[in-house]
Amino acid sequence: MTRTPAATVPGAVHPSTPLDPDAAISVRGLVRRYGDRNAVDGVDLDIRRGEIFALLGPNGAGKTTTVEILEGHRRRDGGEVRVLGVDPATGDRRWKSDIGIVLQSGAGDSQLSCLELLRAQAAYFPDPRDPAEVLDLVGLTEKAGARGRTLSGGQRRRLDVALGIVGRPRLLFLDEPTTGFDPEARRQFWSLIRSLRELGTTMLLTTHYLDEAEELADRVGVITRGRLVEVAVPAELGGRGTAPAVVHWTEDGARRSAETATPTAFVAELAARFPGEVPDLAVARPTLEDVYLRMIGEPE
Amino acid sequence: MTTVERPLPSLFSVVRTRAGVELKEFFRQRESVVFTLFFPVILLLALGAILDYDLGSGVDFPQYFMAGIIAVGIFGASLQNMAIHIAGERSDGTLKSLSGTPMPKSAYFIGKVVQVLAVAVATIVILLLIGVFVYGITLPSGRDWLTFAWVAALGAAACTLLGITVSTLARNSRSASATVTPIALVLEFISGVFLPFDQVPTWLQTIASLFPLKWMAQGLRSVFLPDELALREPAGSFELGRVALVLGLWCVVGLVLCVRTFRWQERGED
Repeated sequence: MTRTPAATVPGAVHPSTPLDPDAAISVRGLVRRYGDRNAVDGVDLDIRRGEIFALLGPNGAGKTTTVEILEGHRRRDGGEVRVLGVDPATGDRRWKSDIGIVLQSGAGDSQLSCLELLRAQAAYFPDPRDPAEVLDLVGLTEKAGARGRTLSGGQRRRLDVALGIVGRPRLLFLDEPTTGFDPEARRQFWSLIRSLRELGTTMLLTTHYLDEAEELADRVGVITRGRLVEVAVPAELGGRGTAPAVVHWTEDGARRSAETATPTAFVAELAARFPGEVPDLAVARPTLEDVYLRMIGEPE
Repeated sequence: MTTVERPLPSLFSVVRTRAGVELKEFFRQRESVVFTLFFPVILLLALGAILDYDLGSGVDFPQYFMAGIIAVGIFGASLQNMAIHIAGERSDGTLKSLSGTPMPKSAYFIGKVVQVLAVAVATIVILLLIGVFVYGITLPSGRDWLTFAWVAALGAAACTLLGITVSTLARNSRSASATVTPIALVLEFISGVFLPFDQVPTWLQTIASLFPLKWMAQGLRSVFLPDELALREPAGSFELGRVALVLGLWCVVGLVLCVRTFRWQERGED
């Protein structure tokens, strides 16, 4: 095992902090090896109850492996995990009845209609939601009698979400729920997630869409090469909240730019130098995409 | 948050749900209905129309074939059906999804057993109806029905367990189908299904004797053929004791393999 001692990750829980039994999810030193590679390489994380947490990272960064360990679908090679106070490796029926899972691969093919699938799924849980209401919530009421394979990609994914929430989970895992959605379907999906938040569901979402994380998540964790590199609220990720602004303008026929912590004063100064409008004036702050690309591009 | 916990659904209620799901999944899929249910029916009608030989004691081909084709029907409803469909459910993520829910795992397997029973009984009833009304076969009488019931049940149990095991070895339903279908056909030829077992070369008889299909067919011949024809069996009798023993052994082997190998997701995904 070649795990080097974890450096302090900005915003993340320190590895020496004890597991938090009251958190929805509490993870310390999580490791999963595939061959001689650590797909997950020492992740420490606490997710509060009621929180929407987005795990962001490129393909192969360890998002799905991490989430599937938390769901109880994969083994871990090291570390401690508590999900709703229970080690997922030993999660029993009672534990599973508090959890909803939307797998990256979806729920499989079936000859059953949407409503029949939801009714069957509901029958496994002690306190399910009304299947018809759930169909309504995901906007598939008019597809109640349709079989899965007649649905479009976006409808199919909403059916997966419906199957994930019909058991009235306290914690919902969503692994890349909107991959392949058109922008309209993605917006509809976001409002579905917001309405679930209103109902008090904790959610762990993986995505590689930055706008999705920014739109939905209370906090974002960026994972790359199996490690969390930062945990923060979306507006502050990568020091975005306090990063210097960049002012662009054109002077003497050349494009000019300057970094400044006080863009208002800087622009006022510029305005005084020019008789009229400052040519091509623009003030920019790093976008989530800028800081994200910088983070995942960092060499080891 | 309220802490009053509602009781988990009973095993019985989940089994009822699973049984309903399994029956819909089977009977709504045209391929599986044609492949599993109608394949033996078509064979019976086609071969019954072509082949015509007298086995003595007033036994014509359809009367002889009845035992074999029912064994083929049970084999298809259990081994082939389980191998192909469970492999499909594993590769498309159905099993993984189910294993993440609080469904008791036993309910899944009981649901499969209900499906196998329903398909096997439907196949047997259709074959018997065709046998009686198209070919005028003589139905079993008295204690023969009892033999019919235990041979069919024990054979179906052994083949269901083996089918579940085979599903785990296959990569997906297509590869399961491509592996199991030719093997089934070969076994059918060497197990005395299409032609009298004593016409099968001895070394092939020996190979056939290792697998459950031969013993199902032999047990069922004791049901559909007059006792005199027992003399045409290689052993000189229908060997019902040995039929029970071999099928019972396959149940034990199948159960052990099943329990040891069954996976809820594809290889390498855990």
